[in-house]
Amino acid sequence: MDFTDSPSEATFRADARAWLERTAERRAYPGETWKARYGEAEGLTRAKAFQAQKHAAGFAAITWATEYGGRGGTAIQQVIYNQEEARFLVPRGYFEIGLGMCIPTLHAYATEAQKQRYTPKALAGEEIWCQLFSEPAAGSDLAGLRTRSVKDGSDWLINGQKIWTSGAHFADYGIIVTRSDPKAPKHKGLTFFFLDMHAPGVEVRRIKQVSGASNFNEVYFTDVRVPDTQRLGAVGQGWGVSITTLMNERLAVGDVAGPDFDEIFALARAVELPDGPAIKNAAVRERLADWYVRQQGLRYTRFRTMTALSRGETPGPEASIAKVVSASKLQEIAGFAMDLEDMGGAVLDPALAPMRAAFQEALLYSPGGRIAGGTDEILRNIIAERVLGLPPDVRVDKDLPFDELPSGSAAPGPSARKR
Amino acid sequence: MNFAFSDEQQALRDQARKFLSDRAAPARVRRILESDEPFDRELWRGMGELAWTGTAIPESYGGAGFGYLELCVLAEELGRSLAPTPFSSSVYLATEALLLAGSAAQKRRWLPGLALGETIGCFALAEGPRAPHPGNLETVAHGGRLTGAKLPVADGDVADVAVVAARSDVDATAASLYLVPLDGAGVTRARVDTVDPTRSHARLAFDGAAAEPLGEPGAGWALVERLLDRAAVLFAFEQVGGAQAALDMARDYALGRFAFGRPIGSFQAIKHKLADVYVALELARSNAYYGAWALSTDAPALPVAAATARVAASEAFYLAAKENIQTHGGMGFTWEFDCHMYYRRAKLLALTIGSTPRWKDRLIARLELGEAQPKASRAET
Repeated sequence: MDFTDSPSEATFRADARAWLERTAERRAYPGETWKARYGEAEGLTRAKAFQAQKHAAGFAAITWATEYGGRGGTAIQQVIYNQEEARFLVPRGYFEIGLGMCIPTLHAYATEAQKQRYTPKALAGEEIWCQLFSEPAAGSDLAGLRTRSVKDGSDWLINGQKIWTSGAHFADYGIIVTRSDPKAPKHKGLTFFFLDMHAPGVEVRRIKQVSGASNFNEVYFTDVRVPDTQRLGAVGQGWGVSITTLMNERLAVGDVAGPDFDEIFALARAVELPDGPAIKNAAVRERLADWYVRQQGLRYTRFRTMTALSRGETPGPEASIAKVVSASKLQEIAGFAMDLEDMGGAVLDPALAPMRAAFQEALLYSPGGRIAGGTDEILRNIIAERVLGLPPDVRVDKDLPFDELPSGSAAPGPSARKR
Repeated sequence: MNFAFSDEQQALRDQARKFLSDRAAPARVRRILESDEPFDRELWRGMGELAWTGTAIPESYGGAGFGYLELCVLAEELGRSLAPTPFSSSVYLATEALLLAGSAAQKRRWLPGLALGETIGCFALAEGPRAPHPGNLETVAHGGRLTGAKLPVADGDVADVAVVAARSDVDATAASLYLVPLDGAGVTRARVDTVDPTRSHARLAFDGAAAEPLGEPGAGWALVERLLDRAAVLFAFEQVGGAQAALDMARDYALGRFAFGRPIGSFQAIKHKLADVYVALELARSNAYYGAWALSTDAPALPVAAATARVAASEAFYLAAKENIQTHGGMGFTWEFDCHMYYRRAKLLALTIGSTPRWKDRLIARLELGEAQPKASRAET
């Protein structure tokens, strides 16, 4: 056991750190985000500029082959770069989906000419990609999707609706899975494409989240024309292509960011309860210890993953642990911190609430962490099935034609639409 | 970055697993459970022959001279097998106390026998149903004689020598450690039942028993804490091994047991339960690995790392053991199924060097002192 970098790793780390010192800025306060500093419009412009520099310096896709603009480096170098970058204020939420999921899917299924056309521009931040998978009636059960694709000459016409599409409002291209054959069983009638988000018939509507922010969108498709040359995988084989994308998602999703042990520890040391400092209260200490143990457990699990990577092994679905643990931990810490602040805990104004209202904000955005990128429940299924080898659930819908499946419409709708 | 055991250590693990699956199979553990035998003497002899008992003892004292990573590997396998031996008392506690604080003469006298497993040591700290601390110890040393009682003492009924925490006549407000040979006058031992009959325990009563100080008189409590920190890492590996065995047992049962026309492992109620056990186990394993690194390098981070490993492992083993019973349903509640052996051991180990709430309190106390790890970067991967 040894936590030090090898000589070549140390050189790479020094290079990455030096480049970041020259190119990126530090956070003004812990937890400051790119969007908080620059806002929406300027944030996007600056994000693209940063990504272009990052690509030019060879840090945009460290493990990708050089022929597609990558560095041809190792997984451990990618981890080292991520560690160094985490110390700086850098754009988040613009390029991860394109580079982490969409382009890898293209590389598995697109033509060589298409790979050459789209990869460099995505790497340089010139073109942003989004992932059009979830629908109002197809989330965890993605294969229940209903967006239709119908062949029309050498094109396909797409009609329907996607939802929870991160970044659709600034994306240039998207990957989409559609239903091409409603008579086939649900997993067998799907076909996968990539498309131009600026094409006629594509309409993006922002979704206002619990937190008040709008990171996600609904995307409506009305007779959107997609050439057959942009189909990825065979007709009816879209489910297999989707699995390729989702496997990449599992690798891309890690800890949910937000206030963690250090922040709640600092708050507990600052807050006075009627019987003394909160940090001296046994109930408070016990909860703090729980979170510290989980935080460190995740940290050292990452060390084990890095060790596997440095040996050329592939980390398995155990990477699902990070999100399932950290998302709940964040929600618990946020709620507990507000309890420590007692009646004052309700205040959301960053000028009035401790730590710029980081805990209050976390309470409002943390539910999303337990849902996005695979719900807690789906991740537990994945751990049970892929790690522990337990059998899949019985599927009553597996062999029936999709258009004969019960669809249900009993779920109550939002009150906001009833006013 | 290398956060894994070496090939040689893995080879030791393979050897240990093979030996224990043969010599400490559940049926053998059950034999101790159901008999008056305090421990498996044949297994203990075999472990001595393999030099496991002397793993971390220097060669100059008759040990194998390996490091603590090797001892961690063995602890995990011993935990997995539930091996009914005094290994933890003798190796993690009595031997470690001597290595930490023994004089050259004390080491020469005791370590060679401990290394071979011919001498068994134990550690006597608890005095009944309360958490011991320097202010409430009632056992007192006066002029080289010890008076008081210790309950429960793991392996106190079979040990040759005890490391005893007591108040001293030098400074009555502080704790000191004493070495007490258990075959002398003034020592009475009575076996006591505990929740885990596969590990024998005793009440040790001292009435003027000969005792020699181990380390500086009055400096005992700091020594106790150091000793417990080191033992906590080793116990954490036992607990991780036990948790893995309990999870494996639950998984196998969930695959083979059918209800409502399907394996119960296909129900999400079972899947999510076992996924939660897996997550707790992997976090505990990672924390134990860090503890192993801190122990093996004597890092300043050891007090925090040990408490973190202890809390995670105590909770993971108990969770795995109780949910293993639950997964088995009524069968899990029978004497014939092995589930209860893990359940008993899990709770015993979660108490044996101090309860989880106390270790959580110690963890936070150490973090308050600023003994924290370097801040974890949340975007490391």
